[in-house]
Amino acid sequence: MSDLKQFRSETRDWLEANCPPNMRMPMKSAADACWGGRNWTFQSEDQKLWLERMAAKGWTAPSWPKEYGGAGLSRAEAKVLQQEMDNIGARSPLHSFGIWMLGPALLKFGSDEQKLRYLPEICRGEIRWCQGYSEPAAGSDLAALATKCEDKGDHFLVNGQKIWTSYADKADWIFCLVRTDSSGKKQEGVSFLLFDMETPGVSTKPIIMISGRSPFCETFFVDVKVPKENLVGERDKGWTITKYLLTHEREMIGEQGGGKSLSQIIEERGITPSPILQAKIAEFEIDSWAFAQTMARMLQEAKAGASLGARSSMLKYYGTELNKRRYELLMDAGGTDALEWESARSNDGALARDWLRTKGNSIEGGTSEIQLNIISKHILQLPGA
Amino acid sequence: MALVLNEDEKMLQESAAGFFTDSAPVSALRALRDDRDEIGYSKQLWADMADMGFNGIIVPEEHGGVDMGFMAAGLVAEQMGRNLTASPFLSTAILAVAALKVHASQEQQAEYLPKIANGEMIFALASDEASKHDPAYVNLTATPSGNGFKLNGAKTMVVDGHAADNFIVAAKTDEGVTLFVVPADASGVETERTIMADSRNAARIDFNDVEVTGEQMLGGLNAGADVLSTVLNAGRAALAAEMLGASSQVSELTVQYLQERKQFGKIIGEFQALQHRASHLYCELELARSAVFAALTALDAGADNAGEIVSMAKAKLGSVARLAALEAVQMHGGMGMTDELDIGLYLKRIRVAQELFGDSDFHAQTLIDNKG
Repeated sequence: MSDLKQFRSETRDWLEANCPPNMRMPMKSAADACWGGRNWTFQSEDQKLWLERMAAKGWTAPSWPKEYGGAGLSRAEAKVLQQEMDNIGARSPLHSFGIWMLGPALLKFGSDEQKLRYLPEICRGEIRWCQGYSEPAAGSDLAALATKCEDKGDHFLVNGQKIWTSYADKADWIFCLVRTDSSGKKQEGVSFLLFDMETPGVSTKPIIMISGRSPFCETFFVDVKVPKENLVGERDKGWTITKYLLTHEREMIGEQGGGKSLSQIIEERGITPSPILQAKIAEFEIDSWAFAQTMARMLQEAKAGASLGARSSMLKYYGTELNKRRYELLMDAGGTDALEWESARSNDGALARDWLRTKGNSIEGGTSEIQLNIISKHILQLPGA
Repeated sequence: MALVLNEDEKMLQESAAGFFTDSAPVSALRALRDDRDEIGYSKQLWADMADMGFNGIIVPEEHGGVDMGFMAAGLVAEQMGRNLTASPFLSTAILAVAALKVHASQEQQAEYLPKIANGEMIFALASDEASKHDPAYVNLTATPSGNGFKLNGAKTMVVDGHAADNFIVAAKTDEGVTLFVVPADASGVETERTIMADSRNAARIDFNDVEVTGEQMLGGLNAGADVLSTVLNAGRAALAAEMLGASSQVSELTVQYLQERKQFGKIIGEFQALQHRASHLYCELELARSAVFAALTALDAGADNAGEIVSMAKAKLGSVARLAALEAVQMHGGMGMTDELDIGLYLKRIRVAQELFGDSDFHAQTLIDNKG
């Protein structure tokens, strides 16, 4: 038996023995996710057990080094683990911006002390992070960010405002882009700072979105004192980390999806679409399939762990536009049933609200327009782009 | 065919624009939503609309209306679309009147039309039974009983059904479909209000052994398919006009935003990628306006192919309005995703209007079937 086959067989046995029954069914809604953190209340004993067991195994962040709480799995092994989890319908034990966003940045740019301090507790789901990037006047033009960070000798002093901070009102800590120098080019003088959301001067205000939900906040900083050791990487050089993280985020957003096909979902809802809609669904599935093949090809081409560079913009652009199309088609198939907003029958308008949520996919993490600009400039190298 | 407004129509357009902007702007819809209003529209507004002559816009003068025709009705609907005005205009002033004025008996007309025109009475059309519009799919049965019938079955997406005094119900009879006027408080009628994504209301209605007499029949026995077709065409044209208003307004808001928002040291309207998309949308909206005017004119003229023209207009407006709403959200960026701005309210209303009485796919299929 090859090593990978052996790994698969052991993984299957372990999951079979350790994944609690209630964690082997799909989440009914986003509210079923486990986010962890200082103030987290587990929704069930099974949810707690599942997180603890997976964390002890290093499998909440399987490809991170063991010393930082991961399991040191190779890309191939991590994929096997995911496949085996999918096979039994196992939920992700932990939803975490720490794992998805901050971790990769710390692994690449953090000091040894920072890695040891932050990564293991991220893997154990003991701390919940939020990301402070966009500002009211710095959206697509992220480098225009103006949140001021002054060096006060033994500490930094932060003043300013962030917007679209996901779950800032529920987060324990923030990784935040701040301006430490405004004398040169706007990309220079950006620094990457970590701080506790309970620090005096930090406040959050949830934003009500068109879905009626409030996943995002405005986050305000007034004279927030931050210890100097909380700076990641070099001062004024935070833009490098930012670009790395945005690229990483784009790859991740592109990678989402998978699971059941659109036509499967529609069939399971007991809907027989009209012939014209069937043709549109088929067109969608062809594009969706070709996109999945592209993703697979790019991952094979990229050396293990290597970044896709500007091509991540292609995945982000196409992946998010596809997801929006998917939900337009789901709404088309659902008809007036899918337009109910408050009934128990519609699970409080779950599909309509999810449909509205997808409209943000091509805005957050860099708009579709920004992704197309990046492709024009860095891949096609068009003049003036 | 008149594709340009005459003086009377221009005056009506102006007075409707002023009226709805003052009396029922988007903020009024927000207030109804946030206060969880019991009926989902303002009774005062409905009374004021009656005073303006809007409720009787296609009601014959002998029954208290102003009888200005479908073009006029469309102009009113367009302004309501611009302001996202919630009212029973579609269900009562358009659908019910379209059915009653052509197919109802003299007695029925005299009983209902004046009360519609003066704002006293609300009607709702109970025809759809499935989540996708299909007028041919009628499973609610009317079985002979005594001197009349008993109705049994269920209807869905009955617009304003929660507030209606009377329903126009499509029922299966021995050799076709028959329509009946049924009071909402009739024994055996059960109404469940459904709040929709656009913050407006519809209802699911169950009919259990609801007794009706021959006098409640609208049009003849088994003649319901024709009546329904008249009613639906009127409703589709009004929805197309409403979507024209909503999509024009949301596009104007977007062009305004392109002239204000700054990124990269520029007004974002300076970026050609956005200019071209805004310009494309402008072209689509011009086509949309022509389609709506052509449909309304065809209805007024009683053209033989009015049904086909209305179908094309409903299909065109469904796709143009969708494009306008989606571009509005995307071009407004994160702000367009917030409830604070009105963009999302337009997106949601357009989604519902697009779906009602047949989406673009449905009407494209109608064209295909008609050619076959």
